[in-house]
Amino acid sequence: MKPILTISELHTRFHTIDGVVNAVDGLDLEVFRGETMGLVGESGCGKSVTALSILQLLSCPPAEIQGCIFFEDTNLLALDREGIRKIRGNTISMIFQEPMTSLNPVLTIGEQISEAIRLHQGVTRQEAWKRAVEMLQMVQIPEPAARAREHPHKLSGGMRQRAMIAIALSCNPQLILADEPTTALDVTIQAQIMSLMVRLKEKLDTSIVLITHDLGVIAEMASRVVVMYAGRVVEEAPVRDLFKDPRHPYTQGLLGSVPVIGRKAETGRRLQEIPGIVPSPLEMPIGCRFHPRCPKTIDVCREKEPPMVHLDEHRRVNCWLEAGGSG
Amino acid sequence: MTKTTQTAVCQTQDRPVAGRLKQSWAKLRRNRAALVGGILLLIYVLTALLAPVLFPGNPSAPNLMKSLERPSLEHPLGTDELGRSILGRIIYGSRVSLLIAVGVISVGLIIGVPLGLVSGYYGGKVDFGIQRVTDTMLAFPGFLLALSLVAVLGVGLKNTVISIGISMVPTYIRLVRGCVLSVKEEVYVEAARAVGTRDIAILFRHILPNVMVPITVQTSLGMGTAILFAAGLGFLGIGIQPPTPEWGTMLGSGRVYLFNAPHVATIPGIAIFLAVLSFNLLGDGLRDALDPRFKL
Repeated sequence: MKPILTISELHTRFHTIDGVVNAVDGLDLEVFRGETMGLVGESGCGKSVTALSILQLLSCPPAEIQGCIFFEDTNLLALDREGIRKIRGNTISMIFQEPMTSLNPVLTIGEQISEAIRLHQGVTRQEAWKRAVEMLQMVQIPEPAARAREHPHKLSGGMRQRAMIAIALSCNPQLILADEPTTALDVTIQAQIMSLMVRLKEKLDTSIVLITHDLGVIAEMASRVVVMYAGRVVEEAPVRDLFKDPRHPYTQGLLGSVPVIGRKAETGRRLQEIPGIVPSPLEMPIGCRFHPRCPKTIDVCREKEPPMVHLDEHRRVNCWLEAGGSG
Repeated sequence: MTKTTQTAVCQTQDRPVAGRLKQSWAKLRRNRAALVGGILLLIYVLTALLAPVLFPGNPSAPNLMKSLERPSLEHPLGTDELGRSILGRIIYGSRVSLLIAVGVISVGLIIGVPLGLVSGYYGGKVDFGIQRVTDTMLAFPGFLLALSLVAVLGVGLKNTVISIGISMVPTYIRLVRGCVLSVKEEVYVEAARAVGTRDIAILFRHILPNVMVPITVQTSLGMGTAILFAAGLGFLGIGIQPPTPEWGTMLGSGRVYLFNAPHVATIPGIAIFLAVLSFNLLGDGLRDALDPRFKL
């Protein structure tokens, strides 16, 4: 199967006063049609920057994006401003983390949805409004016609996120970049939004890149997972394999730090944390980037960057342990 | 005369629009000074609109037989050196000054707001260029800048409006730019870009409505300044030319008779004072009412 999105050797750099920050450093990944791919990692590992690089929304502060991002047969990085503008919201759209701040307070919900429709579909104002109301209906907002005329402050967080999903889906995009779409919501609302996204994805045959640090959300929605650490992919696996048999020590640490209801404290298995924090992008450790925090560090980890080991067709791990521990 | 406050609070809209407006209106009503300003402004605007009804004659027709008369029943505010009713000239003068205020603000808004938007949104070289020009203009006192522009453009209503208008442009550029810098970082602006909205639509549809509050306040305060500047130019004889009734010009020509007919200069002075005061009181009131940090 041919992927619809292929990212290879993506480097996104920010030139700051303190030096060059490599937010994404040599990232490779693929997204296939109709799948939900999870992109997991701690805060600051480059997940969001990856998504923003795809749509080139990183104009401020000036970012330098290198590598290849192919959407089907179009190299997105080679497009001019107008070219990428036509892609945004139309073939690739984005859902943001904060539904409270991602809708403009001075425009009505309907205006904001129909704006996206009018931008890309070339329909009349009335037609776009009608479609906007239909979209609100599709994301299961009650009384869509009345809600369309309201300003965002009258809607709850869950409603607003539904409205954001309506905007993202309004032009039938082939790919949705969902950047922590449920993080800011209550757990019950989270479940509703997730099941809504799954249903709509199947109905519209859209692919989703689900960016999150919540492994519960990943287990629920994603079919394939890419784990990122310090701007790089450290592990990629189908979701079941990842949870059953994580190979990279970082993935193991991530899974170990998720609280499990019913796991008793007296069994001695306390919640495990990964010691330390993500290294500063200005001072990346030599060798494997995870080695200062890794419980299984061997000598070679401190000296050389580990190779990407392809375990089978669907699995890859970026670790010396899997490579046999020798360069 | 009062000194116009040139600061308008830069504040972005982070609360529900309808509720906030309602609350702001309640705050404004409780502010007595703003209420006085509003009433004065209403009288002023009505006077300007109803001038032919309030004073049926020609305010510029001289009658030398009756020059420099003290207030009487026939001429409630007396007459000037050419025997023209001062009341009539004050009434018709309100039209001229209001026209100037509106004209000046329009020039300031039309040039200043787009430049401020572009400067704040794009940043970089564009911003640098616009800001250095703004710096240069702000280096001159506003009135001096208007004065120099009149010297270049010439006298008359149109040139007065253009000159004072241009002298107000840098204030608007600075104000709008500052607000855009904070609004453009909002997620909804990024979200608008993410659906492929064009820059021009982002600027005028998404950012501009969110910086309207400080612009509104500055507009009210700026109108007071505009009237004051226009009167100043008129007083120096390089503003609106006689026989058009203009308060500053009246004040200027009346000052010669300050000892034998003090009303000729005093009354236009009071008119200017009240007009500027009304805009300033209302402007300050609007600023307090629209600023959520200021609780009354």
